[in-house]
Amino acid sequence: MTRLKADARHSVRLTLNGKPVQSEAEPRMLLSDFLRHQIGATGTHVGCEHGVCGACTIVVDGMLTRSCLTLAAQVDGCEIQTVEGLAPSADRLGVLQQAFRRNHALQCGFCTAGILMSLDHYLARNPAPTEAEIRDLLSGHLCRCTGYTPIIQAALEAAAQLASSKKETSDA
Amino acid sequence: MLQAVKSANPGSGDEPWVGRSIERVEDAALLSGHGRFIDDLGVQPGTLHATILRSPHAHADVLSIDVEAAKRLPGVAAILIGSDVKAVTTSLVVGVKAPVECWPIAMDRVRYVGEPVAVIVASDRARAEDAAELVNVEYRPRAAVVDPLGTLSPGAPLLHDGFPGNLASDRHFSYGDPEKAFADAPHRFSIDIKYPRSSCTPIETYGVVASHDAGEDAFEVLANFQGPFSIHTVIARALKVPGNRLRLRTPPDSGGSFGVKQGVFPYIVLIAAAARVTGRPVKWIEDRLEHLTASVSATNRATTLAAAVATDGKILALDWDQVEDCGAHLRAPEPATLYRMHGNLTGAYDIRHVKIRNRVVVTNKTPTGLNRGFGGPQVYFALERLVQRIAIVLGLDPLDVIKRNLIDAGAFPYRTATGALLDSGDYQEAITRAVEQGRLAELRAKRDEVQARGGLYGIGFTAVVEPSVSNMGYITTVLTAAERRKAGPKNGAQATATVGLDPVGSVTVHVASVPQGQGHRTVLSQVVADVFGLQPKDIRVNTEIDTAKDAWSIASGNYASRFAAAVAGTAKVAAERVAGRLARIAASQLNVEAADIVFARGFVSSKHNPENRIAFSRVAALSHWSPGSLPDDAVQTIRETVFWTPPELTPPDEDDRINSSLCHGFIFDFCGVEIDRTTLETRIDRYVTMHDCGTILHPGMVDGQIRGGFAQALGAALYEEYAYAEDGSFLTGTFADYLLPTTTEVPEPEIIHMETPSPFTPLGAKGVGEGNCMSTPVCIANAVADALGVADVTLPLVPARLAEMVRRAEPPPPAGGAAAAPVREGDRRLRGEGQASVQGAPEQVWAMLLDPDTLQSVIPGCQRVDRITDTHFRADVTLGIGPVSGRYRADVELFDLDPPRAVTVRGGATGALGFGKAEGRITLAPDGSGGTKLTYSYDAAIGGKVASIGGRLLDGATRVIIGQFFTALARKAGGGSATGGGFSLFAVLTKLVSLFGGRR
Ligand code: FES
Ligand code: FES
Repeated sequence: MTRLKADARHSVRLTLNGKPVQSEAEPRMLLSDFLRHQIGATGTHVGCEHGVCGACTIVVDGMLTRSCLTLAAQVDGCEIQTVEGLAPSADRLGVLQQAFRRNHALQCGFCTAGILMSLDHYLARNPAPTEAEIRDLLSGHLCRCTGYTPIIQAALEAAAQLASSKKETSDA
Repeated sequence: MLQAVKSANPGSGDEPWVGRSIERVEDAALLSGHGRFIDDLGVQPGTLHATILRSPHAHADVLSIDVEAAKRLPGVAAILIGSDVKAVTTSLVVGVKAPVECWPIAMDRVRYVGEPVAVIVASDRARAEDAAELVNVEYRPRAAVVDPLGTLSPGAPLLHDGFPGNLASDRHFSYGDPEKAFADAPHRFSIDIKYPRSSCTPIETYGVVASHDAGEDAFEVLANFQGPFSIHTVIARALKVPGNRLRLRTPPDSGGSFGVKQGVFPYIVLIAAAARVTGRPVKWIEDRLEHLTASVSATNRATTLAAAVATDGKILALDWDQVEDCGAHLRAPEPATLYRMHGNLTGAYDIRHVKIRNRVVVTNKTPTGLNRGFGGPQVYFALERLVQRIAIVLGLDPLDVIKRNLIDAGAFPYRTATGALLDSGDYQEAITRAVEQGRLAELRAKRDEVQARGGLYGIGFTAVVEPSVSNMGYITTVLTAAERRKAGPKNGAQATATVGLDPVGSVTVHVASVPQGQGHRTVLSQVVADVFGLQPKDIRVNTEIDTAKDAWSIASGNYASRFAAAVAGTAKVAAERVAGRLARIAASQLNVEAADIVFARGFVSSKHNPENRIAFSRVAALSHWSPGSLPDDAVQTIRETVFWTPPELTPPDEDDRINSSLCHGFIFDFCGVEIDRTTLETRIDRYVTMHDCGTILHPGMVDGQIRGGFAQALGAALYEEYAYAEDGSFLTGTFADYLLPTTTEVPEPEIIHMETPSPFTPLGAKGVGEGNCMSTPVCIANAVADALGVADVTLPLVPARLAEMVRRAEPPPPAGGAAAAPVREGDRRLRGEGQASVQGAPEQVWAMLLDPDTLQSVIPGCQRVDRITDTHFRADVTLGIGPVSGRYRADVELFDLDPPRAVTVRGGATGALGFGKAEGRITLAPDGSGGTKLTYSYDAAIGGKVASIGGRLLDGATRVIIGQFFTALARKAGGGSATGGGFSLFAVLTKLVSLFGGRR
């Protein structure tokens, strides 16, 4: 294992939403701070920095990860997905994002990035979730604005829509 | 069951946009990670970063602050302590007349855990935090008091000389003839309430970026402040500049506030002071531990409420005795929490005789401020619990007692005994509809069924009047009429809106409403689109505020549910004013009368002859391109700013009657709860909430406000409390300790609407954002009291508390069990004992324990050990527990040395993260096979930041660290060489001292 010098900055390279990025970080720098302040990907938010609120959730090498509990140095060479990578293009929202907008599943939007990442990751693997499963999945996220129900509703709607569009593609 | 409201975006054209749940313009950016919250915005190159060192003590004198070592750290630009801040600022104003100062940082004394002691400014956040650890503060602890009634008792420790007996204000009020009503009434009921502290805790914490222009002595501040902007005057005064030299701006997005971000203002003063001292921009982003510990909180309140009651349950008079706990300082706008509801102390009921005693006290807790519900939860908890009690004792149905007392539907506008003018409503009809649509009969049947099979099921009711749009003068009710005369009148609620037309005729709207996620931009685009016959997407709305350039007043901001009622209405008035002028211009161009002009589908046309028309953008642009061709009676249409204040909001009268708010919505809630007999967990079976908030502008957002408020209120009812130990230590400093409800706890409330427009607002709308925070905690409490058949319930209704009620206190655990266990609830002393086996004879182990070098190598995290005398040591230790790691300085002395058999160690440790004291006895005995058996017992107590993180973390970490110590010692002993020397048993002690404890 490489030993990093505590007081030096080290280069960290990773793939962020499909594009290579690189910057420098002290060994103690959190991944959340690295993404936000070094890379400028400020869509990932920080609500507690102790792993409870879920706002900072991202995907690292296919695994849901709290970026506030991860060091930047740990993800050198990893593939990372964040909320900035969810939309199919700059002027269009994805199915899940649209469902959030339709259902008023966000108010201040501060918690939203983490919730979207958890759902995006989960729905890709569980195309037909029940309400209870969604509630269980999202119990690791705190939202202070919405009372949660519209989020659950949006998730279920997006799941149904994604499933039917997949069916159409495979039928075709 | 889900009943989310769907957006509808039909484009047919003529039906109004207001009243439709259109998609929000805010959402695309927020959903794709392009929100612009304060910490997402760049700062000027060279901006410094601040961190704040805070008091671990609830009450102590600050004897000395040594910043030398910290200052020497590379990257550190400045360290400000109280005297440095005092040199460039003045005290914050205090809301009552008393010789008391209120500083944003401790001067010579700390009065709550988390009070700022030093501001460390460095090139980046991490370096500032490194430096904070090197600041040495010497405290002399004082006795602390945390209970609002305890603080009034004669021997209580005094917080401020200017508040004798810890009493900041004591006012008596009388309306009607309460004495006679009580004397004549057949019944008198009384209830004692202790309403706990909680907070709506937005997920985004506070943030401030400040700079100072020394040439002009002017400050520029960007902060996620939410208003009221009356606080702008407080900040400017504290910074010793006129208002025009404090430019306060807000970022485009804010991650929730619920009142809480009003409390950022003392930090604005601190960070601005740091900017002035360093001559550079300074940025500060609060962390979660700081937020929970020391940002702001709702007030906790001790209330005794008595009612004079007729035999049929009619309430004839009320007698309120409220003791409001505002924490360690009375910070602006307190004591507003207490007076916000002054006009509404009779709730939804027709009660003509009211007596009130209002006391405001200080305790060693975080100062209080705005929080969703603001005074409502405290008042309605007492009132609606009392109504339930009246019903039970008189053998009546609680719902019947509510109905018997309601204000008559024909009585509006209705003046309450204490002065509120209730604008409109039909409470009886609302209840009838809710009972039917919410299927109350089903719940009653369910209760009978569950009770018949031995289960615990209860039903609760609440009727609540939800005030909105605060009268800026209500707080002056805390002054006597004579004091008010001297101070000059305060009243009204100026709302502002600006509508502008640019040279291509597109429309821009600006308001000073500072939304924190409520979608104001969307609603305003609907309101203004309707006036101009355009589509919402044609209207661009800006809700950021810049006090140097925008129209604003003291009432500006996002609080008291004032947006729909006041701000949206003001935007309508401004748009109509512009439209009136455009109509005259169009009339002259189309050769018709102005009265014949309509705005629809992007055109301005003649009603009679729709073909005779002109594009809206053409008329709208004319003022820019050809002012000379405007008709004589039409002035420019480039920009119109409207200030709107309702005439109903008058100052308190000579008899202390105050119309504290402009609008009054009505809420009627009922719910069924089932309580598990084994776990005593409360499950909401069904929650029905009926709202009459006047005209609904956007149904999706109204339901969003209701659901969000409901979820927060559910948390306040069942889980959340800012808990303090008796010594003032704060115990709920993380989201693992301060529990918020999640998806698995929050059910969907059944929301029912009724619309009785307000006659006092331009759109007929009333506020809706805070109602459930007022109604839901007591509704759930009433249901739980019903289920358990108990007379008194205290929030939050955690299973442990319910267990005490139904099963009485738990017996202590059997002795000899856990290695470290709390002695009793509320006692944060930690006692424990343990054993370890180490190779080598007792003499050898003893020598090792006495050797600083050996110990330094076996103590986890030990940096250095200094021997002061043979039995007195100092050590530096860095330890991390869960999310909190820090450096501690331990000071240890040894007593009762009995080599090589036993020693007593005693000492204390302090660090930025807290302090501890401990005493332990260690004995060594041969184990019969050449080794040594070590037995230790300890008694420790901790406070400060480490106390406010999870006790379970501390317990676990403690055991792990002790284990590490003895493993390392055993390894060292196995290596053989043990040299004699001084005593350094403080190793064990240091751990005991710096870590042990925490669990209450
Ligand atoms: S910020 Fe990472 S979980 Fe809260
Ligand atoms: S939308 Fe504000 S915290 Fe979730």
